[in-house]
Order: sequence, then structure tokens, then C-alpha cells
Amino acid sequence: MKRRHFLEAAGLGAGALILPPGTRFWNGALTAIPSADKKALADAGLEAARKAGASYADLRIGRYLNQSVSTRERRVQGIGNSESFGVGVRVIVDGTWGFAATPDVTPESVARTATRAVAIAKANARLQTEPVRLAPVPGYGEVSWKSPIQKNAMEIPVQEKVDLLLAVNAAALGAGARFVNSAISVVNEQKYFASTDGTYADQDLHRIWPTFTVTATDPATGRFQTRDALSAPIGLGWEYLQAGSGRPGPTAMYGLRYDMVEDATLAAAQAREKLTARSVEAGRWDLVIDPTQLFLTIHESVGHSTELDRVLGYEANNAGTSFATLDKWKTRSFPFGNKLVNFVADRTQPGSLGEVGWDDEGVKARQWDLVREGILVGYQATRDQVHILGEKEGHGCSYADSWESVQFQRMPNVSLSPGRAPLTQAELIAGVDRGILFYGRSTYSIDQQRYNFQFGGQLCFEIRSGKITGLLNDVAYQANTREFWNSVSAICDQRDYRLNGTFRDGKGQPGQISAVSHGCATTRFSNVNVINTGRSLG
Amino acid sequence: MSDLSEAQAREILEKVMRMSRADTCQAGIGGGTGGNIRFARNSVSTAGETSNRSLNVSASFGRRTGSASGNEFDDAALERVVRRAEELARLAPENPEWIEPLGPQTYLKTPGYYESTARIGPEYRAQVAADCILPARQRGAVAAGFLQDGTRWSAIMNSKSLFAYDRRTDLDFSLTVRTDDDLGSGYVGRDYNDAARFDSAAAARIAIDKAIASRTTRAIEPGKYTVVLEPTAVSDFAGNLLGGFSARAAEEGRTYLSKRGGGTRLGEQLVSEQVTISTDPMHPEVPAPAWGFEGLPRRAMTFVEKGVVKQLSYDRVWAARKGVEPTPSPGNVIMSGGTGTVEDLVRDTPRGILVTRFWYIRSVDPQTLLLTGLTRDGTFFIENGKIQYAIKNFRFNESPIIMLNNLEAMGTPVRQGGNLFPPIRARDFTFSSLSDAV
Repeated sequence: MKRRHFLEAAGLGAGALILPPGTRFWNGALTAIPSADKKALADAGLEAARKAGASYADLRIGRYLNQSVSTRERRVQGIGNSESFGVGVRVIVDGTWGFAATPDVTPESVARTATRAVAIAKANARLQTEPVRLAPVPGYGEVSWKSPIQKNAMEIPVQEKVDLLLAVNAAALGAGARFVNSAISVVNEQKYFASTDGTYADQDLHRIWPTFTVTATDPATGRFQTRDALSAPIGLGWEYLQAGSGRPGPTAMYGLRYDMVEDATLAAAQAREKLTARSVEAGRWDLVIDPTQLFLTIHESVGHSTELDRVLGYEANNAGTSFATLDKWKTRSFPFGNKLVNFVADRTQPGSLGEVGWDDEGVKARQWDLVREGILVGYQATRDQVHILGEKEGHGCSYADSWESVQFQRMPNVSLSPGRAPLTQAELIAGVDRGILFYGRSTYSIDQQRYNFQFGGQLCFEIRSGKITGLLNDVAYQANTREFWNSVSAICDQRDYRLNGTFRDGKGQPGQISAVSHGCATTRFSNVNVINTGRSLG
Repeated sequence: MSDLSEAQAREILEKVMRMSRADTCQAGIGGGTGGNIRFARNSVSTAGETSNRSLNVSASFGRRTGSASGNEFDDAALERVVRRAEELARLAPENPEWIEPLGPQTYLKTPGYYESTARIGPEYRAQVAADCILPARQRGAVAAGFLQDGTRWSAIMNSKSLFAYDRRTDLDFSLTVRTDDDLGSGYVGRDYNDAARFDSAAAARIAIDKAIASRTTRAIEPGKYTVVLEPTAVSDFAGNLLGGFSARAAEEGRTYLSKRGGGTRLGEQLVSEQVTISTDPMHPEVPAPAWGFEGLPRRAMTFVEKGVVKQLSYDRVWAARKGVEPTPSPGNVIMSGGTGTVEDLVRDTPRGILVTRFWYIRSVDPQTLLLTGLTRDGTFFIENGKIQYAIKNFRFNESPIIMLNNLEAMGTPVRQGGNLFPPIRARDFTFSSLSDAV
């Protein structure tokens, strides 16, 4: 298939070729809207909002493209493209927010939507007790930003994606898997932000997630075991998928490149091994946690607990609040972890899911500290919240998952800094007398204030006298966030630092998703409670 | 943007079918108009209105299928989606499990549309927020809640002349009230098709009372306890049961309904004889759209009857292979119960724990359906048939199958998120650790 045809098929590129004459150029979501016209549309909305009484307004024209290819064993289960195009307007009137959205992207409709947002703000103003205080932000003028991709995954022919997935499946089946499901998801957010502060930011964001689950079964015992991919959803293009990119270890380890066939081959053998692996002995263990699992514990226990909107109670009815309260932060001595522990919030990390040029309220991407040498020193906040911290600048972590969703505080990349002393994963393992080595995200659960959590892993290797002795089953660790981060006894160095992340983190009402990365190196935790999750249904 | 009537939806879908050049074409359109209000810290935080519509087209050439979607409805945009689906279909390999789309079907006329809900505007939503915020303020508490309302419509058509249209209204409300010292928390959730049935002030009172009653807690040892679960908690927990009912997955040996040595547990006693779980799109309390996946007409079905597995779920492919009738994906879950209220169950409990709701439930082991999660927003110790005091929250590690084998009694089912679940009492529920969370 010729490239141009594929682009049309994939929802990209030269859409004008299939539009009939006379079609308004902005009415076709396939057609790139020239920046000047987006600016004219945006100005129509901002002006209407101002005229109706808004003291502030921002507007996002967004086109959101998704592609997914999914397979099972030797066949393709689904190939789909979706796209959504529209505009959302957010206003402040009398110190109160209002929001409205429409898929009709014409100057008249955008202006009407802005007026509707103003009416909604007015209806709610009567209950307002805390008028919105927006931190100032410079007007950046007309600016643009693009994810640092090398190969746009949306432009890779579907056939190439299918071929890769079927090769992955064949490798897994060949290595003894009974079943295998595999999929590639690709996202492209094309969004144009404009505000009455004078920023017009045109951005093109890309991300990709290749993944699989292999299943091994034993009909005689009725038991089954699975092993999921150790890939990371990531803010890169098709270049992420690269054969021969694994580093050797107890299982292959991947950084900014991923060998899906190799991982699936290993996964099949490991799933079979899990069918007969011994059940863990419950009790206290030293844990050595690879970034492929630890990222999720960071996400849940650190990422979510340091969201200022949760701390303040804005998520109380849904995701919950946080133990990391302002009074603890104010002491500048609250021991979130021990001295080895540093957490950094970042929207500039290349290749990460959280990387942007500007956030969804016109704040330039930046990096800042959340926990420094174990002490809670910062939060994640939006422009209307930073005054509570005595700060004068937004953090750049406002995000909406669609043109029709209202933007709010979402997690930037939250990462554990690597250790300063030279230490590889192999050296770390060699120093453990009795421990469990975790790879891969599995079961996870944490309370609504982020104290008590429980996590499992895809692969749990037993370590005895510095050596890996085999896989364990029925393993989960249960801990309290502060105890856990105070039990860190070693962190591998920068050479072992890897990004992992989540493609669809949920928050808010109505629910929205976001994608976020977490970087870390393999970390050792001393004396953590491990439970045995094995049960019998009789 | 207005919602589409049946005639308008039919016209657009017929246009899509005329545009199609594929051997077979299936299309769905859907959308809605609605609004929401979110409040926290006793003040409105965000509110908005939105309307949208989308078209999804699935095109097949022989056994090659591709699908595409978009949210613009002028002719050029419709044609683009059709062509894109066809382009993807031409690129797709043959699917050996491809199955011919259904022909015309007869569908039930299920209820679910109410003007009372469709008419809701910003003032109504602000009043609901006020009904929560003002009494909370008066009683030294802080309200955080969410109301979402709207009209949803959808229609499907395929190149074999199947057509169906549905329109319904929904209102979803939830409220968490915390005491202003952050020591107590209470919750209430309500959902209806007909907004006229919603009493926001009465609902708010429940959450406020719970928050105040749970201000002073005691820590009791984790372990096995008799539990009284409110319908919300039952829905959170036991609602996971039907996830393992896929006949294919069970026969492939990878759900808790797979049998040692092969086969499934169909026909076996799975849980207590008191348990019956069914679905019915016509149920007046929890009506559901009249069709499931691929346009299969929904009907009343019983999955578990008196504790015995009566029906597994067969998609059209697996049904054809096994020579059985396919089962439409259910639009609701109805767990039958007994009579009486949560209070009645508490009255008959010598010693136990009352759970308002669960939180962050995740699968730990699909072989036993072991789940973990935590109690939240009102957990109380019961002794001698009375609530004695509030207790600190627990993490549990328990399987709903084990719990439903340990069932003692059930009350009258109550609507929860479009499904019906009763409050229940069960013995030996496993709490594995304490949580400091309020």
C-alpha cells in the first residue's frame, strides 16, 4: 500500500484529497488546521467569553487520534482507528469556574459555547466561598512543541504492526504458551491551547504501548498462570520497538527500546515455570524491586499522595485525599522516606509520557522536587492552587483527556532519583541473603489516603545467599507508604535507571484518563511484610 | 447539538450503508447531551455541559475486518470514516473466526427515558450541590460530591438490515462527607433513570450522619469477622463474580469456573443456595438497552440459580462452534435477596462489622477470584444486634465465591450503578491488615 493511502486510512495526512470542493477546511478533522485559523477560532471564543463577563478564559481545540491493533494466537482480533475533534472553553466569572464544549468547531459555535460556559459559572457563583485565585503566567505568544519521536507510529503500516504481533504470538506459542493475547496502542493528541493571558500553544503529542499476556495451563490440575509484557507505555514513536535491545539479567531488561519477541519468548517459559513454582512463605522479607514493578508503587504511594488537589479535598468523593497533609509539609521535617529517597516531578523528561511543551493551562513544562533526602518538600499543583503553597507560578500539571473534558491537576512524571554510589542490579542481588526479586506490574491496591498498600509482581524470584533460586507463587507485599520508603536500603545507580508508566491513569468526576511515566533504578527494601495469596475453592 | 431521534439516526445509518463498498458493514452511532456539577470543600469546583456524538463503522471484505470512528456527521466526514474502516479491512489478515453479522432482530421495548431528567439544567445541579453543602456546613462537616445527568441515545445498523435505536436518561450522584477535623467520613450514592425519584437532601443526610458517627474510631485486630455489607459494598465486591462467566475462557482452563481435568463448572453448586443472579433488560428498577454486543437482543437470563451455575456466557463465535444459542452481553446484574434492611441484618448480628463500601478492589488471583481492597467511609463494630462504635478501616483479601458460600442472610435489593444488589450478612470474611486512612 502506498504511504498516502495509508495516511488516509490511519486518519492522518492529506485528508483534503477526499473532501468534496467547498468543504470548510476546519470541518474535516483529518485536515490540519492552519495555526492562523486556529488563532482566529480561539480569539472568537475568548472574545465572546470576555464580552459575557469572564475575567479569564482558555480554550482548547483538540484532535485526539487512537489506533489499536489486537491479536490472539494466530489471528487478528481487531484493528481500529478512532478520532475525536472539538473545542472546550473554560472561564472564570465572579471567581467561579465554568466549562462547556462542542464538537462544532466554527467561530459561531465556539462563541456560543464560551457564552454557555459563562452562564454555568454564574449559576454556580452563589455557592462560592473560595473565589479562584489564578497564579500569573507569562503570555508566550504563538508557540509550538512536538514529542521527540523518530518514527511516527501512526504512519507505520498496519501490516507491519500485525506482522510484529503475530511474530510475538508465534514466539510465545513456540516457547510453550497455551494462549497469547498481544496488542499495540498508539495515541496522537493534536491540541491548540489559547488563553486570555496571550499564549497560543500548538502541540503534537505521541505515545505508544505494545503489550501482551501469555497464559500457560495445566489441565490435569486445572491451574493456569499468566505473564504480562515487561514493556513500558512510552512517549516515543515506532523506534521504541527494536529487536536485540534487551539487557541480560534474571529476565531481559529494557530501557528506551523494547524487544517484544524476546520478552514474549521468555514470558512463555516463565509462565510454564510458574505452574509448578512453590508457594511463598509469608513473613518478613528483603525485597529487591525492579523498575518494571516499582514504578507502580511510586505512582500509587508517592505520585497520588503529593497531588495538591487530593491533599486539599477536591478528590475526596472519588480517588480520596492524602496522608501528606499541608501541616506535615510545613514542618520541613516530615520523613516521607529515609535519606536515600529523592522524588522529582518532571514534565520535561525526554521520551516520557508526561513530557510536554506547555500544559493545558498555558504553563511551561518544568521540573521540581517533591521529596528531598526523605523530607516532603513539594506538591503537584495547578495555577489556581499554588497560592496555597505560597508560590507564584503554576507547576505545569494541568491536563484534560479530551476537548470535551475540563482540565484539572494531573500527575507529572514522578520519579525516584537513582543512587549516587555505583551499584548494578546484579551487585545488589549478590548482597541479599534472603529476599524476593520483583519484576512487572501485577495486582495493586492502596487506600484512599495512600497509607496501606498491597502489590504483586509478574515474576517473583527467590534470592538465597545472593543467588536467584527460582520463581515463587502467591506473593504480594503489604506495607504502609512511610514505613516502606523509610525501609529503602540501597538504590542502583543511573545505569539501571529506567522509565515505566501507566497509559490510562484514572481520576476525576466525570472520570478522565492520563498517561504518566515513573523513572527509577532497582531498589532494595529491608524487612517488608509479604503475604501468601494462595486460596482454595474446595 | 441536539440528540438524534430514531428517524434521524436511521437516516444517517442508511446513508452510511449506501456509502459502504465492503462485503458487509456494521455501524453504530451514539451520543448524548448532559451536564455535571462537582463540588468539594463545601464549594462548587467544576461544572459543565457537553454534547457529543460518534459514529463507529466496521467494514469487512470476506473475513478481513477494519473499524474506524469519528465524531463529525456531515456527509464528507461520514464517508471518511467508512473509507478508513474499509482501508483498514483491506490491510487486515483474514480472521478465521469472522462471523456473518446478524439479520433483522426483534427487540424488547425497554423503558428508561424520563423528561424529568432530560430537562435538568445548571440551576437544578446547583440546588443539589446546595442540598449537600449547606447542611454539611451547619453540622461541622465538609461535602465533596458529584452529580451527572444526561440523555444518551444510540443506534446500530448493518448491511443485513438489522436496525435498533435506544434513548434513555440517567442521573448519577455520589457524595462523600468528611468531618471538618478530618476524623470521620461518610458516603452515599444514588442513581436513577427518572430524576423525579431523587431526593438529594435525604441522601445528603445519610452521608453527613455517617461521617459524624465515624469521627471517633477504635482499632480492632485484623482477622476473620462476620460482616454486614451494605448494598454498595456488595455491588463493589460481588459484582466481580460475572467476570469469570465466559464459556470460552472457562473451557480454555483460565477462569475460576474451569474444572480440574478439563470442562467447566456449569451445573455445579458454586455458592450458597440463597444466591440467585440474573439479568433482565425490562426490570422497572434497572432497565437496560434492548441489545447487547453485535446487536443480539437482550432477554431475561439466570446465571446462578440457588447457588448453581446455570448459564455461561457465549459470544456468537463460541456459540456457533459449540452449537448453542449465543448469549447477549447483559445490560444489568440482578442479585436477588430477601426482605428487610441493613438495620434488620444488624439487629440479628451477635458480633460483626458493618461495611458501608469498599475501595480500590483489584484481582489478586483469578484462579480463586481472590480480591483485595479496603473498607471506606463508615466501618462500624456490631455487638448484640447494635452498632457499638466506629472502627478503623481494614484491608481485605477475600474471594466473593468464598463469601457467598459463607452467606447467612440477605435484605431487599437496592439499585447500585444500574444493577440490583441486596445488603448481606456473611461469616468469616478475611480482613488482613489495618489502614490509617479515613
